[in-house]
Amino acid sequence: MSEPLLNVAGLEAWYDESHVLHGVDLHVNEGETICLLGRNGMGKTTTLRTIMGILRKRSGTATFAGQDLMKMPLHHVARSGLGFVPEERGIFATLTVEENLMLPPVTAKGGMSVEEIYTLFPNLKERRSSAGTKLSGGEQQMLAMARILRTGARCLLLDEPTEGLAPVIIEAIGDILRELKKRGMTVVLVEQNFRFASRVADRFYLMDHGRITAGFPVADLQANMAMLNKELGV
Amino acid sequence: MSFAIFGIPIQAFLGQLLIGLINGSFYALLSLGLAVIFGLLRVINFAHGALYMLGAFAALLLSVYLGLGYWPALLLAPLVVGLTGALVERSMLSRLYGLDPLYGLLFTFGLALVIEGTFRYFFGASGQPYPQPSLLSGGVNLGFMYLPIYRGWVIVASFIVCMAVWLLIEKTKLGSYLRAATEDPILVQSFGVNVPLLLTLTYALGAGLAGFAGVLAAPIYQVSPLMGSNLIIIVFAVVVVGGMGSILGAIVTGYLLGIAEGLTKVFYPEASNIVIFVIMAIVLVLRPAGLFGKDV
Repeated sequence: MSEPLLNVAGLEAWYDESHVLHGVDLHVNEGETICLLGRNGMGKTTTLRTIMGILRKRSGTATFAGQDLMKMPLHHVARSGLGFVPEERGIFATLTVEENLMLPPVTAKGGMSVEEIYTLFPNLKERRSSAGTKLSGGEQQMLAMARILRTGARCLLLDEPTEGLAPVIIEAIGDILRELKKRGMTVVLVEQNFRFASRVADRFYLMDHGRITAGFPVADLQANMAMLNKELGV
Repeated sequence: MSFAIFGIPIQAFLGQLLIGLINGSFYALLSLGLAVIFGLLRVINFAHGALYMLGAFAALLLSVYLGLGYWPALLLAPLVVGLTGALVERSMLSRLYGLDPLYGLLFTFGLALVIEGTFRYFFGASGQPYPQPSLLSGGVNLGFMYLPIYRGWVIVASFIVCMAVWLLIEKTKLGSYLRAATEDPILVQSFGVNVPLLLTLTYALGAGLAGFAGVLAAPIYQVSPLMGSNLIIIVFAVVVVGGMGSILGAIVTGYLLGIAEGLTKVFYPEASNIVIFVIMAIVLVLRPAGLFGKDV
């Protein structure tokens, strides 16, 4: 088997004095969608932010496509092919929808063209001259994802994309993730919505108190339901 | 012809309006630089007056030592001051990010004292004349006043530069990085934008604008080490009235307060030195975010 695209081992991280990740081990193969499950405050978002280099007080190893992420300045991480879609979406109020879309620099070939993006997200085209934050929550989520798809990122770090959205929008985001998978995109998903995750992910990791405590493929989901029920209260 | 407004001859009215506009041209350039720096770096740049003074001195020294005249100085002096700003930001100011904004204010305040003190040591406190460019000498009779051409040029040059900076920020890719980084620098950096470099460029831009204003001012006022500290307090008032960090607010308020100051000289001359601060106090009480700022 070839080397995983993203490889994380013994990752620890701190918010000031507070030790929040206690040695996270995970890997993601090219083209795979994995999902981090876990209750609130167990370190899922922190794991994404630490891999991305936003949280700088950290130790352990993290490599992406053979490159050492731990030594990179924050603005080099995106150039290695990782794209981050934050939980709060991070749409800029002083930029129009189109300026938001065009903001992240293209880091590699193979990203979607603006035309492709507008085909996939027709709402964004209609509202491209509006201020970014005038969009609905669902449209903002679409915009947050679309702007990373433009950059040519090979791997998306997607933090709770369905949070607070209506079922029909969640459905649409699921369709987009399946479309991206067809195109060979690798995705690391953090999700509380277990039903949604079970329909898009290939593998799951369970996080508890800053550690990975279980990992299994989607085929073993049923066998793990009792454990997940207990851990997540789903 | 003797028109009058509230008993004031129209000549005096229009004359003061124009003088106000000239002063406003300097306020706009300087408060624009302060607003750009504050918006992205969250630093209240107390060194801004010293950078303005550096611009005027750079023009003077380029003339004395290299024999370069006004026009090359108008280009070179802002570059020299901008580069100085970049060095200061990279080597010192950038170490204070993430601390309380008070540290940045104290640092730039100290820096201003060091720069002004050094220049006072070498050049003395008295002003030195800087010649007006021959192309812009003389004046025109506007009917209501005699306008020295150089002062008309100050209005035009300030307006063009302010508009260019505004367009840079509102309409270009670099400007969209700047606006986005003002909202969330970490996220913008995670997209692959070199935000530390953007901060350096922004400080350099603000410093360069101050330097440009300094060269513009050199032929009108005497070039003196204290020319900046006399002006900077007014410019801070302009920024407060316009709204901290508001680019358009800084430009428009700069001109408006210059004009308000000029007109006060017509109607109630005794108050002309304090009118800007009175307006600042009123704005702070009624609308603390400033005329163009977002509500706080």
